[in-house]
Amino acid sequence: MRTITYEQAVTEALIEELRRDPKGIHLGTDAPPPLLKEFGPERIRQTPIAESALTGMAVGAAGSGYRPVVNWSSVTFSFVAMDQIVNQAAKIHYMFGGQVKFPIVYRAVVGGGTRRAAQHSQSPYSMFMNVAGLKIVLPSTPYDMKGLMKTAFRDDNPVVVFESGRLGGVEGEVPDDDYTIPLGKADIKRAGSDVTIVAIAWMVPEALAAAEALAKDGISAEVIDPRSLVPLDVDCIRASVRKTGRLVVADEAGPTCGASAEIAALVTEDPESFAALKAPVKRVCALQVPIPYTPGLEDHVFPNRNKIAAAARELTRGLK
Amino acid sequence: MHPSPEQQREMLRQMQLIRRFEERASADFRSGAIYGVVHSYIGEEAIAVGVCAALERDDRIISTHRGHGHCIAKGADLNRMMAELYGREAGYCKGKGGSMHIADFGIGMLGANGIVAGGIPIITGAGLAAQLEGKGRVAVSFFGDGASNAGPFHECINIASAWNLPMLYVCENNQFAVNTPAAKSLAHEDVAARAVGYGIPGVIVDGSDVLAVYSAATEAVARARAGEGPTLIECKTYRWRRHTERPNQPDYRTPEEIEAGMQSCPIARLAQHLKMQQGQLSDEEFEEMDREILRTIEASVDYAKSCSFPAPDAALEDVYAD
Repeated sequence: MRTITYEQAVTEALIEELRRDPKGIHLGTDAPPPLLKEFGPERIRQTPIAESALTGMAVGAAGSGYRPVVNWSSVTFSFVAMDQIVNQAAKIHYMFGGQVKFPIVYRAVVGGGTRRAAQHSQSPYSMFMNVAGLKIVLPSTPYDMKGLMKTAFRDDNPVVVFESGRLGGVEGEVPDDDYTIPLGKADIKRAGSDVTIVAIAWMVPEALAAAEALAKDGISAEVIDPRSLVPLDVDCIRASVRKTGRLVVADEAGPTCGASAEIAALVTEDPESFAALKAPVKRVCALQVPIPYTPGLEDHVFPNRNKIAAAARELTRGLK
Repeated sequence: MHPSPEQQREMLRQMQLIRRFEERASADFRSGAIYGVVHSYIGEEAIAVGVCAALERDDRIISTHRGHGHCIAKGADLNRMMAELYGREAGYCKGKGGSMHIADFGIGMLGANGIVAGGIPIITGAGLAAQLEGKGRVAVSFFGDGASNAGPFHECINIASAWNLPMLYVCENNQFAVNTPAAKSLAHEDVAARAVGYGIPGVIVDGSDVLAVYSAATEAVARARAGEGPTLIECKTYRWRRHTERPNQPDYRTPEEIEAGMQSCPIARLAQHLKMQQGQLSDEEFEEMDREILRTIEASVDYAKSCSFPAPDAALEDVYAD
């Protein structure tokens, strides 16, 4: 199989979908050269830096029969367009009684680690999870990104596809043939029996590294990547917890009302999963602060493989 | 370009239909049969009717929180409108939208919108779609003087001009953004003057003169269809009613001020014009037209009352398209 990067997976998916569907268009403050070269400036629109306009224009174009992809670049800039996201895109299908479909992909990079400080380092996907009417995708590998981006493009609803900034250059195997990955289907990235680690985006490779370290201590960790947060494959997570009896949720975002909180609640409110728990649920998240600039502070704020491993050791204390 | 007497009588009928619809919606809101909130379009009927008369069915428009008039002028079904206001399953939005969200995509009505300036980006996207379709369709954004002070107005007019989108931006300057007078919040008294900054025509029209509105809209539509880009049309009008029909809705205007604003009635004006034109309209004909309108509205209320409310399970439907 070929090897491409996570970023290339995004571009490949978009090129293939725009080729397949002449109604596909791309709006962003930058026109990606590979897209512009193949599809031209009519379909690949380089917009002014006016996120409110381009976010809402996607809603109108979608309601008029097109399939727009909007690139907010960083999730930071989506906040400029919050009315169009929350009041319009998310609600319009429901509040108009399902008259027409609004197939839109919103793209945004999330995460930190780039020393760009608070406004350009954030992981606010749980804010979007809280808005009924949006679907939320956040893959961790090139394979998952390509398959999920294609599914998002073909979906008839607004789908926010978050790209983890830290994973942009990560390489992985991707097949030549067309494939899609359904939303709402988690992937067990590593099977294990002592502790379940649900990890999101950048936390997936960190959790896999932690699992490797834990294995050396005789602790068997199962690493689950939800891949999409809305819909969320809660069945997969609960089944794993019923097997292992222990749950660590690792998320680059802060803990407060985060995806990690939602996952913990969904597990503990299920009687069978709750009964299977042998230890409290543990969350490994960023500190609940704006992300600071200077490396020592930024690195201190974020979770990492060591913190995940430490959490898993705490839950499995006395096991081995 | 000048509409025939027959077309003018149809404009008169539509304006009177909107007025009677608004009177009924307000009355039924006060009696409790309609929920939430109702914003009355009374006094501004000539704008929706004059602009929509210049459009085809597959041209697209977007409306505001004060949206009943635009729906009617674009050809929406009165029964389904009233059923929506009554919260019934047979309403345009299955009872999930209400007054501020009536939409009919089948006739190019992309919805009333509860956020001031919120609809402007959406309809600009419809303008982009129209340009990509290449079928000569246009898209029309209705909005108020309040929205003209908000960011999306400026962002979208700039893009529409830069991209030459087939758009009409129709500002209904009814002098008030809720309770803030336009005189105190617009840097320049004419919204249309802002068109200069975006390199497009800016036209000021008497918003109580449906023929003038129609004429300006026809010209702008022709420009848009010819690929010459957007036009900003400012219709000077006056909001006869308070911002909403809610009983506790504040209104700081004096009765004298409101009385003065109500002097320019678009319906009386066109009716008078038709009567002066070699008897194109008699008092009797107008009264008969009005009676027919009242019967139609009564029938829509009867229809709405006969429809069932949605079942509770419907709350979970349509969050997503299948």
